[in-house]
Amino acid sequence: MEIPVEFLLEKTIIVVAVFTISLVIAMYSTYAERKVSAVLQDRIGPNRAGPFGLLQPLADGVKFFMKEEIIPSSANKFLFILGPSLAMLTACMTGAVIPWGGTLEMADSIVKLQVTDINIGVLYIFAVVSIGVYGVMIGGWASNNKFSLMGAIRASSQMISYEIAMGLSIIALIMTTGTLSVGEIVQQQTTGHWNIVYQPLGFFIFMICAFAECNRTPFDLPECEAELIGGYHTEYSSMKLGLYLFSEYINMFISSAVMSAFFFGGYDIPYIEYLNLDHNLVTILGTVFFFFKIVMFIFLFMWVRWTLPRFRYDQLMNLGWKIMIPLAIINIIITGSCILLFK
Amino acid sequence: MQLTNRSKVVVDKKMTFMERIYIPSIVSGMLITLSHLFKKKATIQYPEQQREFSFVYRGKHILKRDEQGRENCTACGLCAVSCPAEAITIVAAERKKGEEHLYKEEKYASLYEINMLRCIFCGLCEEACPKDAVYLTEELVPAAFNRKDFIYGKDKLVQPLGTSAHPKTYKPYKK
Repeated sequence: MEIPVEFLLEKTIIVVAVFTISLVIAMYSTYAERKVSAVLQDRIGPNRAGPFGLLQPLADGVKFFMKEEIIPSSANKFLFILGPSLAMLTACMTGAVIPWGGTLEMADSIVKLQVTDINIGVLYIFAVVSIGVYGVMIGGWASNNKFSLMGAIRASSQMISYEIAMGLSIIALIMTTGTLSVGEIVQQQTTGHWNIVYQPLGFFIFMICAFAECNRTPFDLPECEAELIGGYHTEYSSMKLGLYLFSEYINMFISSAVMSAFFFGGYDIPYIEYLNLDHNLVTILGTVFFFFKIVMFIFLFMWVRWTLPRFRYDQLMNLGWKIMIPLAIINIIITGSCILLFK
Repeated sequence: MQLTNRSKVVVDKKMTFMERIYIPSIVSGMLITLSHLFKKKATIQYPEQQREFSFVYRGKHILKRDEQGRENCTACGLCAVSCPAEAITIVAAERKKGEEHLYKEEKYASLYEINMLRCIFCGLCEEACPKDAVYLTEELVPAAFNRKDFIYGKDKLVQPLGTSAHPKTYKPYKK
């Protein structure tokens, strides 16, 4: 089989662009987090480095690189380094199947703004996200520290509990859309209604589970400062700590993208087809609108973080197993009966 | 007796369904945090902006001069006696001929030291002074690395020549 050069070039450009954008957005999420937390607490937030403190993430990055790299003598060196690398790798991998925009018509070819539209995109996302917990697990285990191990155990049990509810909520979505390809799910929403109309409960469950999967408050038990001194990354310093924190923000970005693609039409702008705009312009506007949706979701993540306190561990497990999973199953039953009745 | 009307009687009743799903309370909590988005920020941008001091603030001491630039202090020692922290040390000296433009009266303090680590900034020295010589200003006593740097002599206490006569509006750095 021969692979054309143009194809390789096109995909390389998209891959590099997606990678860069997710890194930059994750970088500025740290800035946004500090700014949002400050504003919600009647403070101002970072404003010294550059105009409005916009250079703050760069300063933080430089600081992370310049710090001394400490590997505890009792730690397993290989696994200690593998942990944050794995966390970062899996965080960056998910972006591959998300459709960032429609198609661009260039000269004689049509370029899809998506790295790859595999027909099991939804499964791929779930597979990669569940590998993500290994980064946390391995890091916590390799630290050879009780608190880190506690954090890692909490992370893994939390992930397992909430992944089930997340998967079940997505099953209902797949029942209505009838496809596992993310590109096709978004494509259906550009012509029909957004999936939030059909799956409000599914979206709600998915969102809560996404919070838990990203280890965000109120589900940030793996890294709670008060009890576990930072949890799995207690022993980490320098850029390895930076990678852990960074992967959390990339995960947040990706799950915001997934939520807007699955339930809020992705790059779809409602009623834009009535304006009779140029196809390429519509695609670019759609991509911008998609990023607007993502930013709104990231703001929601931060807004919730600075409003709600952390769950107690038994409450977390109660919510996951006794409420979320039954709710998701009820959602499947309702969706199934609706499909039977109305289609 | 009730001090405010905000006290609530806590009842250990069973929560209703709406209360148990917590969604309404979460939403109202999030609306509260969102409302803070539009509130006035409490931050003071410190080096550029400085908080206004209260008019009765008692900060670092100043030894006043009169209108002709002569030191008011006659080393009577009343401030040192009244000081509950025993922070003030005074050594008196007699004014020589030709020093009339420096000191107001025949006796003056050749040494006037306040230990700022002992001082409790109560202002009793200011009250005790019969000659309007010692006042507490709105200035802060800055941090230092050595204990001996906190013993302020006349070099740091006497009002610089040509500054405002009012002890509270006295600002040595803005002439």
